[in-house]
Amino acid sequence: MPPGDEVLVHARALTKRFGDFTAVDAVDFDVRTGEAFGFLGPNGAGKTSTMRMIACSSPISDGELSVIGMDPRSQAPRIKSRIGVVPQIDNLDAELTVRENLLMYARYFDIAGEIAGRRADELLDFVQLGERAGDQVEPLSGGMKRRLTIARSLINDPELVILDEPTTGLDPQARHLVWERLYRLKQRGATLIITTHYMDEAEQLCDRLVVMDKAKIVAEGSPRDLIQRYSTREVLEIRVSDAVRATLNGRLEDVAERVEELPDRLLLYVGDGEQALEAVHDRQVPLESALVRRATLEDVFLRLTGRTLIE
Amino acid sequence: MTVNALAPAARVLQRNLWVYRRTWRGSILGSFLTPLLYLTAMGVGVGSLVTAAGSPAFEGYEFVHFLGPGILAATCMQSAVFESTFPVLGKISWRRNYEAMLATPLGVPHLLAGELLWVGFRVLTISAVFLAVMTLFGIPRYPLALLAIPAAILTGLAFSASVIAFAATQRTGEGFSWLFRFVINPLFLFSGTFFPLSQLPDAVEWAAALTPLYHGVALVRGTVLAEQAFLGPWPLHVAYLVAFGAVGAFLAHRLLKRRLLS
Repeated sequence: MPPGDEVLVHARALTKRFGDFTAVDAVDFDVRTGEAFGFLGPNGAGKTSTMRMIACSSPISDGELSVIGMDPRSQAPRIKSRIGVVPQIDNLDAELTVRENLLMYARYFDIAGEIAGRRADELLDFVQLGERAGDQVEPLSGGMKRRLTIARSLINDPELVILDEPTTGLDPQARHLVWERLYRLKQRGATLIITTHYMDEAEQLCDRLVVMDKAKIVAEGSPRDLIQRYSTREVLEIRVSDAVRATLNGRLEDVAERVEELPDRLLLYVGDGEQALEAVHDRQVPLESALVRRATLEDVFLRLTGRTLIE
Repeated sequence: MTVNALAPAARVLQRNLWVYRRTWRGSILGSFLTPLLYLTAMGVGVGSLVTAAGSPAFEGYEFVHFLGPGILAATCMQSAVFESTFPVLGKISWRRNYEAMLATPLGVPHLLAGELLWVGFRVLTISAVFLAVMTLFGIPRYPLALLAIPAAILTGLAFSASVIAFAATQRTGEGFSWLFRFVINPLFLFSGTFFPLSQLPDAVEWAAALTPLYHGVALVRGTVLAEQAFLGPWPLHVAYLVAFGAVGAFLAHRLLKRRLLS
């Protein structure tokens, strides 16, 4: 289903303060029905605080927020009955089995026995855990627990699913399985809100995203828009010895639109990476290594904040 | 509380009952052994040394008759307190069950009410088994003795609410060992459980009479033995326990909310 025009989550000057500390500083955003909307930013940028306010588990300090047309301050139970939440740290019930986790969660939503049982079985199939239905939760792998948490968040057939760093801590194979399931979920018409500090996750899953840094939103758009707006098409990454680096003094400035100096390498933002590499060779700069790649959201973030996403 | 609020709270109780399904046999066996061991060792064993029937210290009752109801009330307090410490803190911070529950339409008042219902259920089973064991020793005088069960539940809930409030302020379990060592154990010993408080100096007697367990012991002993001399001013005991529990529940609600919805 293509993203609709209906706004499902609407925030204006949304603010969260803990004492003197401002975790979320007057952010504006709109999430539309059917889209996968991302919050990209490093740890501590305010993503989780924003998620918690949307999920009605953290009171808003200031500003305006509506979720599915309702006010979290006065209609939290009704909002919560229509959303699904996948928290950053799994909070499955370790004293119940895999299937019981879903059945009990259904009870919390006041979903009755027979419907709950049918839904639990469907969801276990959906996240490929049908064979583990009777097992205890504790011995499951990180990826399986994550998938079970995702299944649990869907037990009330939510219109909106909020996922806080859905693949943090998972190995690459488990991540891909989670991504694939989330993609299927989106295909079925669910609206997703995803926070992540992985640019590849944001690029894979999000139709639109905001980049957060230090409690503020610093940019907004589709992954492709953002890359076009804030980066070049390609990036030439080179490594040089410290001695060489000391003699560069801007010798490469005219090769690239922009040069970013990181502690371990130089990033040259260029339209054509191979051509730029030739130009570097022409200037007889001795390289330890060189790599041409497509620009990513990581480059967007670096451009906007001067820092890398994962420090 | 309205029926509307009670239904979601019942689901929190249901969750604990699902877990209990796996352990209830051992739990009931424990509830059976505690009174059996106490009544045999202290009641019959020590009892035969401390007094002969008709001693004025026990209002004319044998020691085991005096002791049994006291231990019943004190055991129910201990279990209620235990259920409100580590299991509650675990759900707040280590296992984060409450976080998961609060992502559903459940709210903090439902979590609290559900845990109190659970404590009520635990005390119900413990006191019923205890009463049954005492029956083997010929202690309870029915039917009034049956009222010992609601009296024990009231005592347990009064403690549970305030201990949940305390648990909501804890980061580690360390505070609980202090609670047990310096609050619960002294209460166990000095609330008229093992001997009449009139044996103590007046000041200590007054201090002891201000503790909630004293009132719980008086209610349980008075009902089990159907003896007005022990029961004393029962509406006062009930009022004290209700007030203590209400203050505890008020604090527990506030502190849980502060801890869980920040």
